[in-house]
Amino acid sequence: MNAAKTRRRAPGSRQRALYRWLFVLPAVLYLLAFFGYPLVRNVLMSFQEFTPRTYFTGEAPFNGLENWRAVLDDPLLGDALWQTMVFTVGSLLGQFTLGLALAVFFSRRFRLSGTIRAVLLLPWLVPMVVSAVVWRRIMDEEHGVLNSFLELVGLSSDGVPWLSSPSVALASVILVNIWIGIPFNMVILYGGLAEIPEELYEAAALDGAGPWRTFWRITLPMLRPVVTVVLVLGFMSTVKILDLVLALTGGGPADSTQTLGTLTYQLSFLRLDFGQGAVVGNILILISAVFAVLYLRANRADLGPGKGR
Amino acid sequence: MPASNGRTRRSAVAVGLAAATLATGLAGCAAEPDPDTVTVLNSATDTAEHEANQDFFDRCAEPLGLRVEQISVPADQVASKALRMASSDSLTDILELDGSELPQFAETGGLRPIDEVGVVAEGLSDSSVALGSFDGTQYGVARSVNSLALIYNTELLAEAGVQPPTTWDELRRTAAELTSGDTYGMAFSATPDADGVYQFLPFFWSAGGDEARLTEGEGGAAALAFWKELVDGGVVSRSVVNWNQQDVNDQFLSGRAAMMINGPWQVPVLDAQDEVDWAVAAIPVPEAGRDPVPPIGGTVMTVPKNDDRERERNAGRLLSCLNSEENQLAWGERVNNVPTLAAAAERYREQNPKLAPFADLVLTARSRTERVGTRWPVVGDALAGAFQSVLTGRSSPEDALRDAQRQAGEER
Repeated sequence: MNAAKTRRRAPGSRQRALYRWLFVLPAVLYLLAFFGYPLVRNVLMSFQEFTPRTYFTGEAPFNGLENWRAVLDDPLLGDALWQTMVFTVGSLLGQFTLGLALAVFFSRRFRLSGTIRAVLLLPWLVPMVVSAVVWRRIMDEEHGVLNSFLELVGLSSDGVPWLSSPSVALASVILVNIWIGIPFNMVILYGGLAEIPEELYEAAALDGAGPWRTFWRITLPMLRPVVTVVLVLGFMSTVKILDLVLALTGGGPADSTQTLGTLTYQLSFLRLDFGQGAVVGNILILISAVFAVLYLRANRADLGPGKGR
Repeated sequence: MPASNGRTRRSAVAVGLAAATLATGLAGCAAEPDPDTVTVLNSATDTAEHEANQDFFDRCAEPLGLRVEQISVPADQVASKALRMASSDSLTDILELDGSELPQFAETGGLRPIDEVGVVAEGLSDSSVALGSFDGTQYGVARSVNSLALIYNTELLAEAGVQPPTTWDELRRTAAELTSGDTYGMAFSATPDADGVYQFLPFFWSAGGDEARLTEGEGGAAALAFWKELVDGGVVSRSVVNWNQQDVNDQFLSGRAAMMINGPWQVPVLDAQDEVDWAVAAIPVPEAGRDPVPPIGGTVMTVPKNDDRERERNAGRLLSCLNSEENQLAWGERVNNVPTLAAAAERYREQNPKLAPFADLVLTARSRTERVGTRWPVVGDALAGAFQSVLTGRSSPEDALRDAQRQAGEER
């Protein structure tokens, strides 16, 4: 910031301050219109009786904590919270580990490595709904490729009910989401790996460090800023999951794959009770906000200015 | 300082651009409608469907000196699109809604009762009137309606030497006889959404279940137990909890299900192939002699309130024409649905013997919203929760219904 310079009162400094604000103005307007307004509206909406009638009459009477009470009393909210957590942690864990393993693998550059890496990006390019439709067929209990394969190699004899059993469905959805998320993790981590100076590895080799030790002592610490970025972005896109679940299981069987995303969709757009839908939306925002604050405090060094590269 | 000068100019341009964008954005809202044009919001996004609709609209509009303009969005977005239009006072002159969505719109007071816009609704079947009504007032007219029936593979049934079942007992036995190898005797949809609920209703209602009081009587539990029995007995795939009505049709067409519950909207797909010979029968009932009670479905055309009463009357004239006997019959044949005028339905029945069972079924069919009105989405959800938890073995039919009643009764 050049606040000190402004205070020097050079001729025309007032004008310059004005210009500076004019520059900031579009960004501020943008933030207010597209982030501030919806956020405030969503919070207000959760305290209003916001139904189809509201759209016709423009009236949305405040009803205190009624929406919150209705949502919090619903046992489904607890299930959805828990399942969202399991889904997020499971997806991130799988995507990150496999993405990192692949990134390390490809950073060794061998013949065709570029081509194979490009092919691995495919899941990222396919629209999520298309992936889901294909996976629904792959995971079909009786005629799906996955079960046929498992039977062929003798891992399972009577077919895993991937999407039709409440005790397996959530794991299946996580599995598909991991598959979708690997390319993103791989690409970003691969970029991070390419930035680690070669000399460090040479020095480590001279000192007699094995590959395992090199990975833990050099690769991972040097990769830390990239890792945090990948995990934060991954968290943001995973915690609000909606389309994948809707297309794969519709939240079933027996609500075993309901997440906060599907719950708010159901309340707002199927029951047309926008007030209650906003409550769940707010809970989702709150979770993201808490996570963001914790993250910023813990990792200011990684992303903030001043430190790092 | 030349540098600062350049910067200023650019920022001024940026501000100007932003202002211009805002201004055009606001101006875009106000479009004065043409008095001789009737606008329609519907879900005819498919080109053929859109053109067929336009055909029928034009046929009626021309003699009246009107023009019709359709705005089509995917079926599951009609309601939210209509709400957004309502909030900006730009709702179309005719709003075509799914019957199950009508109560929520009628309750807002934003729809005009159809007799006030001069639509004469005489000779419409009771169930279709119920589909278009809320609180005893008719707000919407259905040109044609659909329902569910038992569709069976004639070849497989002939091979096994069995007749299409008419009762639950017969269904049990027939389905067992038809199950062999890769083929299940029967298929239905049990997804936790509108598809699954629609398919559960004929069993629930035929057994005497009451959606307003889920735990009352034994009908509900009997229907749940029957579905569970079919799945546990291995004559219906366990995957039905994840099959929508489209998936069920796919299973039937690939020969993996000898019979299925499905609706007339599958007829074009069934007709387009010649692998499987099929026929339609009534939905089996719990005991011989009872009437099957399937749900009635389809869209209803409504007239939103408008400050310009002349526009409402134009919409009314158009609706009256679209619902003449001839037009209803032609439209019903076009979309394989049953016309709602008794006379047109009778002719439809004679001219389409293959789909005749549907024409009979809609006579005893019921509207989902007749008893519970605006609460239907919540009640439907509760029913879905019940059959999903029973089919996956999470709870007994009685417990599932108790949970469902708690869920349905919770809100208002």
